Amino acid sequence: MEEKKHLFDDPKNVKRLLAVFFACVLGLLVVDGVYLYLAKHHVIHHHASYAWENFWGFYSFYGFVACVILVLVSKYVLRPLVKRQEDYYDK
Amino acid sequence: MTSETVMAANTAMATDLMPALIFMVGGMLVPFFKGRAKSVYMLIIPVVGFLNLIHIPMGDYHQLVFGGFNLVLLHVDRLSLLFGYIFHIIAFITVIYILGFKNDVEYVAGFFYAGAALGAIFAGDLFTFFVFWEALTLGSVMLIWSRKTPKAQAAGFRYLLVHAFGGLVLLAGIVFHYSHTGSLEMSLMTLSGLGSWLMFFGIGINCAWPILHPWLTDAYPEATIGGTVFLSAFTTKTAVYALARLYPGTDLLIWIGVGMAAFPIFYAVIENDLRRVLAYSLINQVGFMVVGIGIGTELAVNGACAHAFNDILFKGLLFMTMGAVMHRTGKINATDLGGLYKSMPWTCLFCIVGAASISAFPLFSGFVSKSMVMSAVAHMSHDQGQGALVFVWLVLLFAAAGVFHHAGIKIPFFAFFGHDAGHRVKEAPLNMLIAMGIAAFLCVFIGTFPKYLYSVLPFQVDYEPYSISHVLAQTELLFFSALAFCLLLLSGIYPAEQRAVNLDADWVYRIGGKKVYNILAGILNPLNTGCEKVVRAVASASAFIFKDAPARIMLFVSVNIWLVFGIRGRYLELKKLRLYNDAMEGTMPIGLGAATAVGFVILMYILT
Repeated sequence: MEEKKHLFDDPKNVKRLLAVFFACVLGLLVVDGVYLYLAKHHVIHHHASYAWENFWGFYSFYGFVACVILVLVSKYVLRPLVKRQEDYYDK
Repeated sequence: MTSETVMAANTAMATDLMPALIFMVGGMLVPFFKGRAKSVYMLIIPVVGFLNLIHIPMGDYHQLVFGGFNLVLLHVDRLSLLFGYIFHIIAFITVIYILGFKNDVEYVAGFFYAGAALGAIFAGDLFTFFVFWEALTLGSVMLIWSRKTPKAQAAGFRYLLVHAFGGLVLLAGIVFHYSHTGSLEMSLMTLSGLGSWLMFFGIGINCAWPILHPWLTDAYPEATIGGTVFLSAFTTKTAVYALARLYPGTDLLIWIGVGMAAFPIFYAVIENDLRRVLAYSLINQVGFMVVGIGIGTELAVNGACAHAFNDILFKGLLFMTMGAVMHRTGKINATDLGGLYKSMPWTCLFCIVGAASISAFPLFSGFVSKSMVMSAVAHMSHDQGQGALVFVWLVLLFAAAGVFHHAGIKIPFFAFFGHDAGHRVKEAPLNMLIAMGIAAFLCVFIGTFPKYLYSVLPFQVDYEPYSISHVLAQTELLFFSALAFCLLLLSGIYPAEQRAVNLDADWVYRIGGKKVYNILAGILNPLNTGCEKVVRAVASASAFIFKDAPARIMLFVSVNIWLVFGIRGRYLELKKLRLYNDAMEGTMPIGLGAATAVGFVILMYILT
């Protein structure tokens, strides 16, 4: 019996999803730019606690860099330090 | 209904029954019901509890004087009510979730545990609080043990020891505090004096502060499927409540909370057991609450409490989805899972809702509470001398991005998508789906209509989470975290899940303890053996000497006398033998005994 084809069994659908996602990411940067431009010209109010919140794409940059650092530190620093055999405590 | 009419209605049907009793006593009766009646009965307990709760007017009830102590068994105010509501809600949801397990130990322990948590948050004095705090440990350890695997038993023992220690520290703190102030009141404390420090530390153990935390990541993933859902709701949140009640505005909490928010996310990235990943992210979320309590402003404490409320729901939801996966596949390691969206689509959907909520996506519950804590930190960082809070804010933002990374993406991705592990299982049982559905609905509802949650927070709320800048900022943060995940995964840099144990602070007592034991054994055991040898040698030597010492002394004296009288040869040998035997058996001729006695008296006379 052949199994039913599921959504992501087709690599094309995965590609489509990724394309939509990348488009959203770019779109967000554009929206952020427009928003900051309007705020700068006092069309809409922009509440910022810190100066850097007025930089274009601050949160995007921060989120991206934070996660890259998180993964790299976990993989190359933490894991070599703490990883042990699965039965480490049972020995 | 206006609030006046609600209050009038409330006073008309006012009750003062302790919420804890409904759960504890109600739970004890569960084993007496069979079949469908048991399910109905179990569902009725939290419902009755909730109806009772909303009819208790605020105030103090059941005040007892017990050996000179003023005890208040039930204290109801806005703070305790908020925790009371959510504890009832999650108890109801979890009961639906575990209906299929048919494990009376788990049922009784679960109700007892939930009741203990309710008792602790409604306790009006420190002694009552302590009693329920200990009951909390009992209930939770039963939930761990009812898994009945050797690993769960060992983890349960470690859990019990840590919490027994924590309980003693808390008790010592209460005793010191009482002897110092003469008061058992559950009220604001300052960190001065041994008593308040010990209490602070004791609560910190249950709150899973860094280094004190490994009982949580060690034991929660070893509990039963339903047990973990219970556990995720009560112990740490009761500690959060206690901190909010006793120590709001304590600066030290800010730094403890920052540590809690930051360090577990690194562990969560490399952890393979998905329930353990959630346990680490539980500590991360409690970190946000602890920071909020440390800031101590109305907005911050509101944020901390709102986040506790939301976390109970979305963390419970995530644990439920992972429990459902474990229930159907028997696996929980990321290395053994993947592709389950095909066979468990509803569980997958609920998991994504939970993931979106914990990641604080706009329209999901985490967004409306985490942002309160962040805003409170930002506000305060502009105060004179509070510049260090800018750093706190940046670390919390880092943690907010990180939590999306490990709990928001990793959990759903490795369980339901990613590499297809080939499990073709049935969707989760209906009762589990209903439980997850209710939790998921509440996550979305609170995220979309936060005013209902805000209306029950401890302080008046003047906060609007849905400003354009805020929504945009959070969406950017999360989408670019996701982008980082995508790119790292596609480029192969993302660390592959591996079957392994990752050392954590519990190494100290799991291996370090063993090493200390071995070292001490290496030093003390030979010392012990040596001492024993010396003592034994001395004892046996003296026993040898003193066994017949009087007889030998007597022989020595007598033989010399006999020799003077010229007794020799066989007759002398015979006399010696007879005297020795007589002396040993105590059968002296009367003459000899009398002579000795007279000699002794004369000797005494001469000497004195």
